Amino acid sequence: MSAAQVTLRGVTKVFPAGAGGQAVHALGPVDLDIKKGEFFAVVGPSGCGKSTLLELIAGLTAQSEGGIEFEGRAIKQDIPDGVGVVFQEDACFPWLNVRENIEFGLRQKNINAAEKARRVAAVIEMMGLPDFARTYPAQLSGGMRQRVCIARTIVPEPRLILLDEPFGALDQQTRLLMGDEMLRLWRETGATIFLITHALDEAAMLADRIAVMSARPGKVIDLVETKWPRERDSRIVEHENFGALTSRLWKSLRAESMKTMGRMGGTA
Amino acid sequence: MSRLRLYQLAVVAAFVALLEVLCLSGVIDKVTMPPPHIIVRDFAKLLWAGEYFGEIGKSLANVLAAFALAFVIGTVTGVILHGYKTARDILDPLFATYYAIPVFAFYPLFIVMFGLGDGPQLLIGFLLGVVAVIVTMLNGLDRVPLVLKKTARINRLGPLQTALRVTLPFCAPYLLTAAKLALAYAFIGVIGSEFIMARSGMGYEIGYAYTNFDNATMYPLILLILLLSIVVNGLLSRWENLLLSRRGLK
Repeated sequence: MSAAQVTLRGVTKVFPAGAGGQAVHALGPVDLDIKKGEFFAVVGPSGCGKSTLLELIAGLTAQSEGGIEFEGRAIKQDIPDGVGVVFQEDACFPWLNVRENIEFGLRQKNINAAEKARRVAAVIEMMGLPDFARTYPAQLSGGMRQRVCIARTIVPEPRLILLDEPFGALDQQTRLLMGDEMLRLWRETGATIFLITHALDEAAMLADRIAVMSARPGKVIDLVETKWPRERDSRIVEHENFGALTSRLWKSLRAESMKTMGRMGGTA
Repeated sequence: MSRLRLYQLAVVAAFVALLEVLCLSGVIDKVTMPPPHIIVRDFAKLLWAGEYFGEIGKSLANVLAAFALAFVIGTVTGVILHGYKTARDILDPLFATYYAIPVFAFYPLFIVMFGLGDGPQLLIGFLLGVVAVIVTMLNGLDRVPLVLKKTARINRLGPLQTALRVTLPFCAPYLLTAAKLALAYAFIGVIGSEFIMARSGMGYEIGYAYTNFDNATMYPLILLILLLSIVVNGLLSRWENLLLSRRGLK
């Protein structure tokens, strides 16, 4: 790991007032440095602006104030080259088979057909999908479809992969196995991974560093370094420090979650 | 052949058999309608003689033209309206009540405007179909998941590429439904107009035969229209089923 690949300085996002409503201050100010090659996770209460933060870095939306840079270039509602995103929702194109879905990630890349075919074949192999190359997404399980989306994201060889609660719709066992796959991909590709999740154990298991966000407007209130070895998998949950780590995350997050519940009318 | 298809064929066969019995037993008068086996015989004779091929070709060309106009203009209009909410809101009441408007009532006006040629028939076929295409297209576009649009943006697709590679492929089943509706309305509009007031075409020949009690011509022509509609609709349905089954929707 080396210098910052992504930097955020004083980043805020305010959604303008709709008809008869009030403007919503969703995020910030946020200051953050994400190092090249690290696995970085963000946890926070519901509605704290985690996904907004990811969309700002992806260039899908523009910040209201502050600056975001990816590899030294400013991002403001333009999709930076070298960034891939995996969403929580099923983003497979239902009219394309697995191979075509993965190839879609290379449509805009200026590379020749032979290289495209090589990359697609390699990713299909890497994601354990060779037997399903001609299968349509409707015939796959939720976990398999998410693997297709991950394959489509990594085939252009992005230097930064943004994951927006990618395992949120999966069962616990599949989540653990997908976590293992993400760790393996992270090591094999050398890309930086930025993971948004609401699952504290998932963040603790996967990440090198974890940012804890406050209730809306989301700010970084704690930055936790896990100090896990690079070679790791889901068995890291057995590590003696794992419990202490998730406890620390929950300690930082509990009061913020209670604020969110209070805002939602719950009893905290 | 699927069980459902067998049941469908059985229903049609039972209906034809019932008609046959009713005609042969005299419940339905011979002058009103000949038995189905006579209609089939006359149908074969009509095709063999080739006497009406010109009329059939002319009507089908008009149906095809009305369908193509309704489908293309309806699809493009749907795409444009989807991007302009205010325009859509203004036109929504028109779309909701459109099919209460008796388009055929404007036929004399269209004849005054365009003459007794193919123009008025084409226009009626087009007017009947175009709104169904627009509404179906809007319905499909409303259902494109936001995550697919975001995926297109992340893959750095421009608006045109997004439309061609993401939005329209997603809407393909809706486009096929729109095509089926446009085709059905094109048949109704063109043949109906020819029937009311025209000097040629299948509708005109059916009307002429009807006036002259020429059952040997009228029923075979009606059967031909029925068969053509079934074949074209069947082909579109087959294509639609293929698309839907790939998407796990069938």
